Amino acid sequence: MPELIDMIEGRRIAEHRPWPRVVVNDDGWRSLTNQLAAGQCTLLGLWGDLETEHLGAVHMCVLGEREIAVATIECPAGRYPSVGALHPPAIRLERALCDLYGIDPVGLPDPRPWLDLGFWSVQHPLGARGDAPAVRAPYAFLPVEGENLHQIPVGPVHAGIIEPGHFRFTANGETVARLEQRLGYVHKGIDALMAGASLDKAARLAGRTSGDSTVAYAIAFAHAVEAATGATVPPHATYLRALMAELERLANHFGDIGAICNDASFSLMHAQCGVLRERVLRTADSCFGHRLMMDVVVPGGVARDLAANGRSAVTSLIEEIRRRFPELIELYDNTASLQDRTATTGILRRDLALQFGAGGHVGRASGRNFDARKALGYAPYDQLDFEVPVFEAGDVNARVWVRIREVEQSVALLEQILRRLPGGAIRAEVEPDGETREGLGMAEAFRGDVLAWVRLAGGRVARCHLRDPSWFQWPLLEAVIEGNIVADFPLCNKSFNCSYSGHDL
Amino acid sequence: MRRILLESMLRRPLTEAPPPGDDAMLAELAGAVDRAARRRLGRSLSIREVDAGSCNGCELEIHALNNAFYDLERFGLRFVASPRHADVLMVTGPVTMNMREALERTYNATPDPKWVVAVGDCAVDGGIFAGSYAVVGGVAGIVPVDLHIRGCPPNPLQLLKGLLTLLDR
Repeated sequence: MPELIDMIEGRRIAEHRPWPRVVVNDDGWRSLTNQLAAGQCTLLGLWGDLETEHLGAVHMCVLGEREIAVATIECPAGRYPSVGALHPPAIRLERALCDLYGIDPVGLPDPRPWLDLGFWSVQHPLGARGDAPAVRAPYAFLPVEGENLHQIPVGPVHAGIIEPGHFRFTANGETVARLEQRLGYVHKGIDALMAGASLDKAARLAGRTSGDSTVAYAIAFAHAVEAATGATVPPHATYLRALMAELERLANHFGDIGAICNDASFSLMHAQCGVLRERVLRTADSCFGHRLMMDVVVPGGVARDLAANGRSAVTSLIEEIRRRFPELIELYDNTASLQDRTATTGILRRDLALQFGAGGHVGRASGRNFDARKALGYAPYDQLDFEVPVFEAGDVNARVWVRIREVEQSVALLEQILRRLPGGAIRAEVEPDGETREGLGMAEAFRGDVLAWVRLAGGRVARCHLRDPSWFQWPLLEAVIEGNIVADFPLCNKSFNCSYSGHDL
Repeated sequence: MRRILLESMLRRPLTEAPPPGDDAMLAELAGAVDRAARRRLGRSLSIREVDAGSCNGCELEIHALNNAFYDLERFGLRFVASPRHADVLMVTGPVTMNMREALERTYNATPDPKWVVAVGDCAVDGGIFAGSYAVVGGVAGIVPVDLHIRGCPPNPLQLLKGLLTLLDR
């Protein structure tokens, strides 16, 4: 099998690391699009760029069997052949790109705006920047035709303590005929804030792209910067990063398992899992001085060492989880009324999971075996033993089970990390030399792989793009709910638990 | 399930875990919130949470107020699903341009008397997101704010303390 990079013809960019970036022409771009559409590789991200003041460009990151590559098409005329025309997972990315840069994906099947809801004072804020139109155009939801259909609009302000977004359900009685999502409400302009930011500020921004995955984002961003600058992270720091990443995974999985059961009105699990989640957050606080561990992972390593009582805090956390969690698994598994709600509900087909490159529990509950920790083997996971649990059923139940098994894996990982913690320096100096350098990084967050791409110039961040796993999961939620009853939507939604903030940027 | 329920009855409540540090502060806050709430309102307070562009970090900690350790409802404070049922709007985030109108409409849908609590550093002035084309920068620019609870994100105890301050004003 030829290497992915050999199949992409074009001008290779020397300063891009660790994976290659190649500038291709229209034909090269189309041929790669065809490969995506044929399922020969997976789309990892697609984002815009302004290489010089007048030259817009589009980057597309793809994953082959194991290897990763970035293809770039320059758009002097402000347009390029749409990837979404042949490969639907790119559609929302291209709609967003169009909003932010004003670059036109020719042939894009759905040209409606995506992040620009008509409230900004500027148009194409990252591109040519013009004044926004004086009159806000109404958003055209997809037409729905048929007898006995009614619509239920929900959001952007929802009933719970959750992020904002709009869901437009079309139902036939209780059965959902279509769900259409409209997102973008929490768009903060992170790509624009990144441009020109110091490394320090950029790392803080990356850690606030999606608060629940702050550690994973900080790691992905650090990986990208370290690749660009060639910095070597001390082993002790990589282990501390993994310690934080697994604590974050545990906290989120406990929260999710409880919340999914709560959406099936089984509040006992919610209360019990809430206790475990709180224990994890308190452990994180005593280990690193922040419950969510924000701003601890920095380019070059970590900002502070494990606190003196950290080791014993993690050890007693492990004991508590080992003591309490098995009976909760049993409770979940043996409560018929709960199983009745989760089993066979919201089934995601394997082919869709593969086509969209769905990461995390969404992909792994539907047979897509991808975990950036395993697939890329970034330090220290290349030195640790763990398994990636994969299920085939694709329903809410399978997504719960992926989380349950991952909790067990994370606990085992914490033990290994404590045992092997190497000691030594916690941070290597990362000093950009002022040259233009580019780096790509990934990290496995609790909900899937986070991708970070960065270009450094003049000692600062010139461009940075962060791609949340939710980009490829949100559209699948629309597919999953079809044919289910409206009352099962919260359950399906929570079993996905996509990020609004990470998606909206 | 019976065993877990039975154990929960036999175990000491997590909320009364032995004091030092945080737990002591929590117990102290518990009495104070209760007295002040009764004095000022003679009833409990209903809170409606609105995310106006947060990174979701604040939401995680606001959620934690409902867990067994903080158990917000024992103070008579509870989260409600509709602004029409609320006394307090708890707003997070730097207020994105895209959420501005939704926030205004939520505020207008909340009956008087009402209080607005802005939660998190970016709710004060936009925080790290200040200056973006997509951000208004601070909740007070859109609706009148009675109290800011700072922190990135504020932890559940800081949130509790903030609610107490609101009641004591």
